[in-house]
Amino acid sequence: MNEQEALFEYLLRLGDNALILGHRLSEWCGHSPALEEDLALSNVALDLIGQTQLWLNLAGEIEGKGRDADKLAYLRDARDFRNLLLVEQPNGDFAMTMARQFYFDAWHYLQLQGLTGSKESRIAEIAAKSLKEVAYHLERSRDWVLRLGDGTEESHRRMQAAIDDLWMYTGELFEADEIDRTMIQAGLGPDPSALQESWLDLVRATAEEATLALPQPGWAQRGGKRGIHTEHLGYILADLQFLQRAYPNAVW
Amino acid sequence: MYAQMVKTGVDRIQSSEEMSPEERAFQERIDADIKIEPKEWMPEAYRKTLIRQISQHAHSEIIGMQPEGNWITRAPTLERKAILLAKVQDEAGHGLYLYCAAETLGVSRDELMEQLNSGKAKYSSIFNYPTLTWADIGAIGWLVDGAAIMNQVPLQRCSYGPYSRAMIRICKEESFHQRQGYDIMMKLARGTPEQKQMAQDALNRWWWPSLMMFGPSDADSVHSAQSMKWKIKINSNDELRQKFVDQTVPQAEYLGLTVPDPDLRWNAERGHYDFGAVDWEEFYQVIAGNGPCNRQRLRTRVKAYEEGRWVREAAEAYAAKKAARAQAKAA
Repeated sequence: MNEQEALFEYLLRLGDNALILGHRLSEWCGHSPALEEDLALSNVALDLIGQTQLWLNLAGEIEGKGRDADKLAYLRDARDFRNLLLVEQPNGDFAMTMARQFYFDAWHYLQLQGLTGSKESRIAEIAAKSLKEVAYHLERSRDWVLRLGDGTEESHRRMQAAIDDLWMYTGELFEADEIDRTMIQAGLGPDPSALQESWLDLVRATAEEATLALPQPGWAQRGGKRGIHTEHLGYILADLQFLQRAYPNAVW
Repeated sequence: MYAQMVKTGVDRIQSSEEMSPEERAFQERIDADIKIEPKEWMPEAYRKTLIRQISQHAHSEIIGMQPEGNWITRAPTLERKAILLAKVQDEAGHGLYLYCAAETLGVSRDELMEQLNSGKAKYSSIFNYPTLTWADIGAIGWLVDGAAIMNQVPLQRCSYGPYSRAMIRICKEESFHQRQGYDIMMKLARGTPEQKQMAQDALNRWWWPSLMMFGPSDADSVHSAQSMKWKIKINSNDELRQKFVDQTVPQAEYLGLTVPDPDLRWNAERGHYDFGAVDWEEFYQVIAGNGPCNRQRLRTRVKAYEEGRWVREAAEAYAAKKAARAQAKAA
């Protein structure tokens, strides 16, 4: 794999994370615990959809085969998606959604921070723009972990269960593979393993304040970055891609 | 409209001589177009009617999130998805402004939500119809939001200050919603034969329910006179319905779509379109709970509310703990 191919794959990872998590959050619209949350969850989803467009359009440019963000989002099958397993996990209850969001936001923030130093100016620009949005996402999801962890007995039980259930999907966030190493060497992106300590510091401190117990490091589920997903992704794509698949080449 | 058949609790309109001095002074202010504000004296029937009307409007916004929300995950492009999500989000925002406006009349959002969930409170009949294809999202924006604007623009001048101000904010966003709906229809009407058929089918299914949104004919509209005297209703149902037909038929023609009404024709003498009779039996059945989606809509709303209860309780408990800690620290 040459550098250009690796960069294309790398941008797919960035775009697909935003696409799939934005999709999951959009499922909440109209069903959340309060009107204020319908507004807030939709805001985060909208930010992520916007980031998807930026990353996937850039991916298409780098690839140079005439694919834009929509073509990449709507016309690839699950094996070609490169998002982390964490973001495709079902919404579950509100605690599950917020735990997933917090784990992701805490990592996303650090990753974007690293990307603002990318030698590729287009990457650095998208990262800088996204970083502002994600700072707010992180503040919000962290706040919900605190509120639910240290709220009522029931909310504590649910948040603890969510933190435990999703833990095995966090290992993948910090594993560097050949593509990551190419990016690091070219000065295009940060070393994922270097983000782990800061992430753990924030997650640990938050769990402690929220009276939650963080699971012990253990076996990590991995595969999303290489296109080996959980069963959930296929159903997301069935919804997401329905119209484009049913009416090929139509303009909407 | 978004509020249909709002009861006033008044059998007939009082003459000026029959009014108490307070009532007379109140009516004189309304006649002089002076806004009524929350802390001022108002007749109990005015207050209760406004609560019914504003809450019905708010409930319509909240229930209205469901038929459109149904297509957020299936929107055909990233841009369409973002626009639709932002639109449904706006509706949640409109619901919020309106519940706040109702709260100024001495009723809480929780009470109003309980009324909605128990099936006691009504919402617009239109949201009990299903969204079966993507074209329905276009048709809702074009027709349903179009009809809503027709009613809400005059309500910006209604007599109750907080409601009038909420309407001013809402109308700005609604006109954007209508444009995006028409834009979807335009893309479909200019698209493949299947897309055009999809657009025609959506118009066929949404046309009559949209006309029903304005409520029964003036002859059968028993509470309108009092509401109009109070200036919480500005135009009659038939007047607005006619205006809507006159505005919408040329838009349908521009799209190359056919309005599903064999009696529709331009009446040069009246300067308006004549149109066929609305099936009021269907309207009353939908209002009574027998529309295609009434039960589903309510069940979905109740489920979200009940499943969110522990979250709202946790947020309250956490806020209380935090406040207690801050107080202990200060002491």
